[in-house]
Amino acid sequence: MNIHEYQAKELLSKYGVAVPKGRVAFTPDEAEEIAKGLLGSNSVCVVKAQIHAGGRGKAGGVKSAKSHQEARQYAEGMLGKKLITHQTGPEGKEVKKVLIEEGCQIARELYLGIVVDRAAQRVVVMASSEGGIEIEEVAAKSPEKILKEYVDPAVGLIPFQARKLAFGLGIDKALVNKTVKFMNGLYKAFVDSDASMTEINPLVITKGGDILALDAKMGFDDNGLFRHKEVHDMRDLDEEDLKEIEASRHSLNYVALNGNIGCMVNGAGLAMATMDIIKLYGGMPANFLDVGGGANKEQVTAAFKILMSDEKVKAVLINIFGGIMRCDIIAEGVIAAVKEVGIKVPLVVRLQGTNVELGRKILSESGLNIITAEKMDEAGEKVVKAAN
Amino acid sequence: MSILVNKNTKVICQGITGEQGTFHTKQMVEYGTKMVAGVTPGKGGTNVDGIPVFDTVDDAVKKTGANASVIYVPAAFAGDAIMEAVDAGVELIVCITEGIPVLDMVKVKRFMSGKKSRLIGPNCPGVITPEECKIGIMPGHIHKAGKIGVVSRSGTLTYEAVDQLTRMGLGQSTCVGIGGDPVNGTNFVDVLEMFAKDKGTDAVVMIGEIGGTAEEEAAEFVKKRMKKPVMGYIAGVTAPKGKRMGHAGAIISGGKGTAAEKMEAMERAGIKVCKSPADIGKTMVEALR
Repeated sequence: MNIHEYQAKELLSKYGVAVPKGRVAFTPDEAEEIAKGLLGSNSVCVVKAQIHAGGRGKAGGVKSAKSHQEARQYAEGMLGKKLITHQTGPEGKEVKKVLIEEGCQIARELYLGIVVDRAAQRVVVMASSEGGIEIEEVAAKSPEKILKEYVDPAVGLIPFQARKLAFGLGIDKALVNKTVKFMNGLYKAFVDSDASMTEINPLVITKGGDILALDAKMGFDDNGLFRHKEVHDMRDLDEEDLKEIEASRHSLNYVALNGNIGCMVNGAGLAMATMDIIKLYGGMPANFLDVGGGANKEQVTAAFKILMSDEKVKAVLINIFGGIMRCDIIAEGVIAAVKEVGIKVPLVVRLQGTNVELGRKILSESGLNIITAEKMDEAGEKVVKAAN
Repeated sequence: MSILVNKNTKVICQGITGEQGTFHTKQMVEYGTKMVAGVTPGKGGTNVDGIPVFDTVDDAVKKTGANASVIYVPAAFAGDAIMEAVDAGVELIVCITEGIPVLDMVKVKRFMSGKKSRLIGPNCPGVITPEECKIGIMPGHIHKAGKIGVVSRSGTLTYEAVDQLTRMGLGQSTCVGIGGDPVNGTNFVDVLEMFAKDKGTDAVVMIGEIGGTAEEEAAEFVKKRMKKPVMGYIAGVTAPKGKRMGHAGAIISGGKGTAAEKMEAMERAGIKVCKSPADIGKTMVEALR
């Protein structure tokens, strides 16, 4: 799960991570009010569109305002409009809130990030002098510019590790302690909230000698959300696909894709393999959908409804390997779901595994218009043909 | 004749009194696995279908001489359960539980360093040596004893692969599901190393998916140290970037961990890679020629 910049900054500031003063606004009026407050002590404030995608600056989603009238104008220009960045895709994302922040005089822009390193199986703090640039780009072009400290979970980030990073970035000696405090807060916020990714890009050193998180991005481990209600409450459903929201309500794993063949599979690996075989036969999957190892009739019905709500879908492939879950039970679930939801497009069902003969018999005797397949390649071929 | 488990493995089940634990313990007993005890804190002294239940893993191990454990404990408590088994000196710990927070697993791995226990999973179907010992949730009847080793990050896709092998007449030495989580106990390289040494294994099927670099590391190992034929399949060619595909670890992040990269690395290492999941059995037959 991802959160907005303003939410990340609120969360981080509770851990002593310095962020620019500011507040979120949902209307131009609110934006103007906040700007008035900020411009009292500052000559510039910044209006930032809040969407879950990077590249906002280049797309016109970040503007500096010298007056509260100007801040209002910018807020008006963003709110309710679609912002198209290189990460949103051509359809863009509607801006529903803006962050109004005090401006600052930037002396240096740096990068600071925390992730779980899968190979090392540890949390790693990464820093780079190349602030404002996407870290993947830095990693590809000049990996030597990324400094890394791996954290022992039993002791946490040790001050000397933060100092090593700070000195490595060439930070002024007088500011090293401030930087250590910043990094320490960032690490604590990460582990306390089961984050999966925290990125401060850029981290700025101001001309006045402050260390500030000018931007902040946080993503969380979905498996850890059960113990962080405050993080879970920050979920913004406006940023998610409607079908994905509905799927998560039924504990189904669903990811919307661009093709026209809907698929329903048990198990994530087999679901990906099913998408791949559709492509091998010249089709494109409309989605990834894993109903889980022990899918019941209710879940199959819910999954079916989600597939049928996608207007792009021209054919559906159900591929189930019955393990502990028997094929006859699955066949009955599929029939019940088809009868309840109805189906307007061709349906290919491929069953394999425990009690497969009985499962196929139930399908063929159901009187429903179901195309059956025994093998995966046969299923892929048949569904692609049916969709065209 | 196999790796990790055989007919002499004595297994306890952590979480035996839960729905999953009770159900699968019964299935494992039916398959022939030596289930010697169960553990549920607070339920010591009771039994499940005649299998004695203990309050702690330590008790269970001391009283029964168990050397393996299978865990069906809910995600919030599973990290604790793994560490309890490690502390009790259990040699092989198989954690089936899905949904363990990744930072819990980071702590578990730290706790395990320097200890002799091996962890398989979490978020995995388990380990099976056909016709001898099944520890996990896989359907036993699709397996057949033989000489092909199977290692995979997936559950049902592994069943698909095993089913294809069995239909082609190729039995399996041991099948290991290493699980779909980003931080896990055992990786491809560890299992490949065991298969390389196992006299009962002639060739290996390796099934990977998008995310991480475990397949690339495995390819490196195969290139340098593996003399037995290896065939592979990678799921997720059509997966978009930045989206988690069901498994917590199945995500292409920062443009890294794509199926194409993995297949390329494997082919470079001499692994016979099949493009279609329907061709796993067929490709293994070809690799054996």
